[in-house]
Amino acid sequence: MATAAAHETARTQAYGTGDATDTTGTDAYETAFDAAVAADERIEPRDWMPDAYRSTLIRQIAQHAHSEIIGMQPEANWITRAPSLRRKAILMAKVQDEAGHGLYLYSAAETLGTSRDELLDKLHTGRQKYSSIFNYPTLTWADVGAIGWLVDGAAITNQVPLCRCSYGPYARAMVRICKEESFHQRQGYELLLALGRGTPEQHAMAQDAVDRWWWPSLMMFGPPDDESPHSAQSMAWKIKRHSNDELRQRFVDICVPQAESLGLTLPDPDLRWNEERGHHDFGVIDWAEFWDVLKGNGPCNEQRMTQRRRAHDEGAWVREAAAAYAAKHSGGRQTGETGETGATRA
Amino acid sequence: MTNTDWPLWEVFVRSRRGLSHTHAGSLHAPDAELALRNARDLYTRRGEGVSIWVVPSSAITASSPDEKDPFFEPAADKPYRHPTFYEIPEGVKHL
Amino acid sequence: MTTPTTVPLTAALALGDDALVLSHRLGEWAGHAPVLEEEVALANIALDLLGQARVLLSMAGDEDELAYLREERAFRNLQLVEQPNGDFAHTIARQLYFSTYQHLLYAELAAGEGPFAPLAAKAVKETAYHRDHAEQWTLRLGDGTEAAHERMQRACAALWRFTGEMFRPVEGLDVDGERMESAWLASVGEVLGRATLTVPEGPRSGAWTAGAGRQGLHTEPFGRMLAEMQHLHRSHPGASW
Repeated sequence: MATAAAHETARTQAYGTGDATDTTGTDAYETAFDAAVAADERIEPRDWMPDAYRSTLIRQIAQHAHSEIIGMQPEANWITRAPSLRRKAILMAKVQDEAGHGLYLYSAAETLGTSRDELLDKLHTGRQKYSSIFNYPTLTWADVGAIGWLVDGAAITNQVPLCRCSYGPYARAMVRICKEESFHQRQGYELLLALGRGTPEQHAMAQDAVDRWWWPSLMMFGPPDDESPHSAQSMAWKIKRHSNDELRQRFVDICVPQAESLGLTLPDPDLRWNEERGHHDFGVIDWAEFWDVLKGNGPCNEQRMTQRRRAHDEGAWVREAAAAYAAKHSGGRQTGETGETGATRA
Repeated sequence: MTNTDWPLWEVFVRSRRGLSHTHAGSLHAPDAELALRNARDLYTRRGEGVSIWVVPSSAITASSPDEKDPFFEPAADKPYRHPTFYEIPEGVKHL
Repeated sequence: MTTPTTVPLTAALALGDDALVLSHRLGEWAGHAPVLEEEVALANIALDLLGQARVLLSMAGDEDELAYLREERAFRNLQLVEQPNGDFAHTIARQLYFSTYQHLLYAELAAGEGPFAPLAAKAVKETAYHRDHAEQWTLRLGDGTEAAHERMQRACAALWRFTGEMFRPVEGLDVDGERMESAWLASVGEVLGRATLTVPEGPRSGAWTAGAGRQGLHTEPFGRMLAEMQHLHRSHPGASW
């Protein structure tokens, strides 16, 4: 049996019981859907929605979820080497958050009638992607800071507008994620600040990390607007609220003064304030590299996927054991409740 | 189900005393005991809750496929049930 | 809290090192757990332990100096907690053995009025959860599939010989080791029984393991673990992070 999600059941009702669809016709539903989106209302799981809207959302949310869990790897790479216990605790909490965010997002995707197993299978077989940024390696401790400041910074710039995304469960997941993620960027910035103000070796380590992560971070906003195939429809559906280039510009404008405060330079000789535009001009992004990494030729594509598949495969016996145990002991209660204080956590 | 396919559970969290449980999201677990524990770890790791319910998603019966159906319409014409229906003179507090 | 003069250093280091080393081992799971929900659970436990370690090491001195600048022979943790993660069964067996011990220990310390009572009052709630997590998984691995049962039985046996050390006296730790040991044996035995697993038969300590970790004698994997943990900190003497 597939996971019999309530949403899925309801969805079957929507399509299966028929009478609403048959008598009213799809047109009326489509008009209602368009009106709801236009009025900035949220679409909820049991509402009628165009198939393309559903599949676009599944693809985007899944890719987002995959990015969270693959994104654990480059940072987890430094948990065992964190140079102070305070940093170690922060990093562990952050990587844990990413697993949590992956879970929120898989949940949101499941309300659209897919299952986590199906999505993970698509990730493991390369049919769905994750953000290319995680195909770059974390070579020094400063990379943990650069990821927090730049990669999480770019992600937040992308994600804050998604809190108003037209699809309710995705928007709600993003609200939770953005709230939790505000500490991610800050810890990265603080980490780099400590290095920037530290020994010459630490300062050099920080600058090297920023040099390597700056351009890939700019690529995180996706290809330029005129080459972005899905953008227009996603904007019309309010799945996406700003264009790639608009968000990229916003990010650059935010980062420039932040870099100055860190005492670090951004590796772009063309970066300068443009009085007329009221924005910073910046150099040309190497899109050849972007497409190449996307195709699978990045420094860590192979490594990330291998580790993900291995964790999944090596965990199979554990998941099987727990499922078998549940089947054996299914005479037990079907719902659970903690005591009023049972769930309290310090 | 395949051996590794854990069922889906809906999670409801009481954020503090005096409030009702609110839907927080969902998760996968092989049984109720682990569902509760996973819910605690996932949805209350920043101290967001004092009590949790988990319910198998398959046990939920939805009112109707369409959320905006006649089931709820009668409520919409009774605005007097809502505090904003009443005009309160300026300066009146604690109401 | 407590004044530094009343802190029994040996005990603070012993308990602090236990928490630090096990937290580190659990941290190694990040990105490798058998299911996403377990990523979150293992990290929660690791974070609780790291929090305990920081309080305990700070009672004994500077937490980072103690964690990063001591040699292997100066660490006072149990050999049990330094054992490599192995498969999930080994990790759960290690969790079961240790969290049962730690929960009994902190319950006793929390009930007393010694220097560890304030920490123990908080930690006893955390360790109750760690113990519950380990018990739940012991049941599922033991009484799930045959393959899992075998793995779990093997893991329980492999780690058994490191469990005797937990109840040897530690200077400055005012607990009744014998009583704790019998409570531990009863509890672990009961959980293993419910999980259809048999209590291992081998010795619970040997010439080398009896109190060895507490005296600074460790197992080979520990040196490598410390090398990884300490190298960055040691590469930049005096730097702040």
